[in-house]
Amino acid sequence: MSAPAPRPRAIGLVPATLALLRKDLLIEWRTRARLNAIIFFALATLLMFSFALGPDTKLLEKNAGGYFWLAILFASVLALGESFRVEAENACMDGVRLAPADARAIFLSKAVGNALLLTALGALLVPVMVALYGVRIVTSVADLGLILLLGCLALSAPGTVYAAISSNARARDVLLPLLLFPLVIPALLSATKATTLVLQGDPMNQLNSWLGLLGGFNLIYWGVGFLLFPRIIED
Amino acid sequence: MNKFIKWGLLALGLGLLGYGWWLGLAWAPPDREMGDVQRIMYVHVPLQWVAMLAMFINFVAAVAFLLKSKASWGLDSTAEASAEIGLLLGTAGMITGAIWGRPTWGVYWSWDPRLTSEAIMLVTYAGYLVLRKFVEDPDKRATWSAVVAIIGAINLPIVWFSVRWWRSLHQVQSSPRTVDPEMVLPLRVSAFGMLFLTLFLMAVRYRQALAERQAEVALPDALPGDIPASLAHNPSKVA
Repeated sequence: MSAPAPRPRAIGLVPATLALLRKDLLIEWRTRARLNAIIFFALATLLMFSFALGPDTKLLEKNAGGYFWLAILFASVLALGESFRVEAENACMDGVRLAPADARAIFLSKAVGNALLLTALGALLVPVMVALYGVRIVTSVADLGLILLLGCLALSAPGTVYAAISSNARARDVLLPLLLFPLVIPALLSATKATTLVLQGDPMNQLNSWLGLLGGFNLIYWGVGFLLFPRIIED
Repeated sequence: MNKFIKWGLLALGLGLLGYGWWLGLAWAPPDREMGDVQRIMYVHVPLQWVAMLAMFINFVAAVAFLLKSKASWGLDSTAEASAEIGLLLGTAGMITGAIWGRPTWGVYWSWDPRLTSEAIMLVTYAGYLVLRKFVEDPDKRATWSAVVAIIGAINLPIVWFSVRWWRSLHQVQSSPRTVDPEMVLPLRVSAFGMLFLTLFLMAVRYRQALAERQAEVALPDALPGDIPASLAHNPSKVA
């Protein structure tokens, strides 16, 4: 009597996440379509704010943090929607789901991938913001980097959950911003305030409390997304 | 639900609401600082209380739905009914708040944390209801909207505690502990009237939603808009 064939062993959460992330980044690197699109979109947005306000350099400098984050937010809608559109082609999502891996790995890989993409976008936008709006980085570049990373993580955790939902619904282009924008207001608010403090100085030492709020937002939404995501993609 | 309980809820709600508002308008003393303007509290505060309650019911129904292994159309219909009624009451509460704000604060709207978080909450639930309309598959619609409801509900405690955490323009919640003893009775009566009226509205909306779900499940090929009204309201004919 021959022993039954061994069942394929389930892949652990971390290796599965890394494999999926590698796949997504490789697709991104080979086409570079998504990054190019959101860079030019965000640049156009930054430019539009200066047209909408007129050539008032004082006002632009004062509100630079807000415009910077709005540009990232608008671009994030494109990036998030696109991250699930590639899976919809040729029913790729079914293939990913059939792999003997934890469904939560899909959430982690997509959310980390989106956060990395948005952080890269933000890093490219900073010099543009400095040039267009005439701001200076008063405190430290490291602080700005930390804000950028935390803010992009905060946009991408709930954004990934909602993008997975809206990519399968009708009117997805309306649905994703409609669901996402009200939800990320606390994150957007704290990221904007923190960025403004870095650009205009922080005499009252408020930066840490805004970073704390961003961190708390991240903890809640990464946790909730991690727990609930498998229910979204099950059939 | 029993017909007598349903219509009893409506009669009780309207009766208590009428009595409570009469007490508030004619019997309770005017506020020391705001005068007669403050009497809008007997409308505004009960509206906001029941709106929060409806949103909380939506959250509980969403969690219960996700915990069940088999799709429960009753829970899904409860979630839909409570979100719709909650949005309606919350909007009415916000409008009455704006009417109250104009003579007391001088403006209809201020970017106070309470008002801002409440506005975010209403937009969140509007998005939730839009999502429900844009997904045809009842199973997927129920699961996805439950996930969205849970994520959106994270805002509820922020709305409720915002007046205590930030202490800005909006006064802390009016409750029997914070208002004059003579204002407590009309407030309580109006609140219970609003509660029974809300339960009636939710019961009616729940039955409609459940009948729609059952008709959808019975006729999987029909589009939701194609179900004749006579069938949608009487699922026994479909089965």
